[in-house]
Amino acid sequence: MSYQFRGDIAYSDIAFDASGETLEELFSAAAEATLKVMVEDPATVRPTEEVQVSLAEESLEMLLFEFLNELIFYKDARRLFLRPQSLEIGGDDGGACQLQGTLTGEEIDPGRHQLDTDVKAVTMMRLSVRKAVEGWQATVVLDV
Amino acid sequence: MNTPAALKRIAETIWELPMSYKEGMLVPARIFASEKLVEEMDAGVFEQVCNVATLPGIQRYAYCMPDGHWGYGFPIGGVAAMDPGSGVISPGGIGFDINCGMRLVLTNLSAAEVVPRLHHLVDRLFARIPTGVGCHGFVKLKQDEFRQVAEQGSRWCLKHGYATPEDLEMTEEGGCFSGADATDVSVKAIERGFNQLGTLGSGNHYCEIQVVQPNNIMDPERAEAFGLTMVPNQVVIMFHCGSRGFGHQVATDYLKLFLGVMERKYGIKIRDRELACAPFHSPEGQSYFSAMKCAVNMAFANRQVILHRIREVFSEVFNKSPDELAMRMVYDVAHNTAKLERHTVNGHTKELLVHRKGATRAFGPGAKGIPERYAKTGQPVIIGGSMETGSYLLAGMSSGADAFFTTAHGSGRTMSRHEARKLFRGDKLQHDMEQRGIYVRSDSFGGLAEEAGAAYKDIDEVVLTTEIAGLSKRVARLVPIGNIKG
Repeated sequence: MSYQFRGDIAYSDIAFDASGETLEELFSAAAEATLKVMVEDPATVRPTEEVQVSLAEESLEMLLFEFLNELIFYKDARRLFLRPQSLEIGGDDGGACQLQGTLTGEEIDPGRHQLDTDVKAVTMMRLSVRKAVEGWQATVVLDV
Repeated sequence: MNTPAALKRIAETIWELPMSYKEGMLVPARIFASEKLVEEMDAGVFEQVCNVATLPGIQRYAYCMPDGHWGYGFPIGGVAAMDPGSGVISPGGIGFDINCGMRLVLTNLSAAEVVPRLHHLVDRLFARIPTGVGCHGFVKLKQDEFRQVAEQGSRWCLKHGYATPEDLEMTEEGGCFSGADATDVSVKAIERGFNQLGTLGSGNHYCEIQVVQPNNIMDPERAEAFGLTMVPNQVVIMFHCGSRGFGHQVATDYLKLFLGVMERKYGIKIRDRELACAPFHSPEGQSYFSAMKCAVNMAFANRQVILHRIREVFSEVFNKSPDELAMRMVYDVAHNTAKLERHTVNGHTKELLVHRKGATRAFGPGAKGIPERYAKTGQPVIIGGSMETGSYLLAGMSSGADAFFTTAHGSGRTMSRHEARKLFRGDKLQHDMEQRGIYVRSDSFGGLAEEAGAAYKDIDEVVLTTEIAGLSKRVARLVPIGNIKG
């Protein structure tokens, strides 16, 4: 799994491409990219808190949209930096899509986490989840 | 050069793309820009403003202001007025950060009095105004109390000792959009926002200490009316923030809702999912309008409690009361809103739903809805530049009617945040700015690099363009000496 930030989409927002061999890896990569926008070194985020997540959407794009929005929600509502510890994604054959999993992370601590840019929202701009030759790819633009 | 071949110059600072440019355009698109600014605009601006021109009910033109740049849905700087009877409301025409806006506050201090204590002052502001990712506010509320904030805006602040009656008078719409009903807001939005009242945020949100140098006053009469001539080199405070996670969640919730009903229920097809919309008078459209007003009100209240905190810090540092320091508001302007206003189209005055995204309302002299104090001058317009280059105070003009009395909101970016990080280093920028007399505190060097002056358009060119276009008149240029950002 990997992600790469892009400078050629939207000036005031932050765009990235993510990839993974599986959908679970793809979603984890997108979550890591989102975390990287907010904290300079995501490795400093320890797994001391746990949150369960369960989502159902009509498409993989909307599932990714909602999944990343969950991370942003917990960042504001509970001051948690989170990443997926385990994910299970079903329904990538054009029907309804579901995601279930466990997110782990810790409360934001400016003393230990070098804070970067706050993420406001996931936009629909250029949002895509697509099957690649090997695995899956996604493009996401975050409003910051 | 990204300008389309079809772009036609109508006047010195007005450019037009005809309805034939893109299928489905209901009106032409108009861009306010000098030749230099239009050449600097990215291709996304032209495509997005023409997408806006396809929205049902749009009147006269889809506009883009001189600081316009690529956004999502509308360009940043996009303006569209819809007939509320036949038209739509679109969260993409307002933005995720609903009522992100600017406030300008006076002091009677001179730069000579402030500069010796500048580090202490900026450090105290940075310590007492929460900034950065996930910060919680200094106003502790229960969720039910936060719902009152969302419905009452600055009026809640007045009741609870965070505002003066004059503060409300000097805020657009008195600091409260009427008709906000918190039952139209999701539980998630409340949970995300109720602990963020009194937070600045990050990105391009900041609080800046500025100086009005006598040689930077362009309109002495208006400068005096706006309170900028109390002492030579007068110090003022400008800050920029919005509705925080609460507004972001309201926009996210309704973007998703509109995507679900727009085509299936209302048969509306759009060119860009970010322009998801619903008929204004539909149940979904009215519900969003009410929820948006809640976010607008939260943002007014957020800026109001931050002003209260700024007054406390100045009082502490200078050992004088806010009254003794003459810490009065010049004005508070909203950037990202939709409002019902009366405008004249084809000789008929009617009510329109005006979407402004990264654009400022700029009512001229004599307009209804501006404070009596500004009846002769026009509404103060606060334009934030980059933290390196300076900002402006302008005034609305009677000649701004064509663009529904709207002007620019800032400098406008010329490069992406990602590119800015590659070109600039936050720590070096902080050091260089201090050498030039601007003391900056920030939670993030990366975030600081994104806000480098060179990542923005030339603010002088932007405001001059608004003046030539008849949208707003320059009153004074404001030079930064201190800044905090998230």
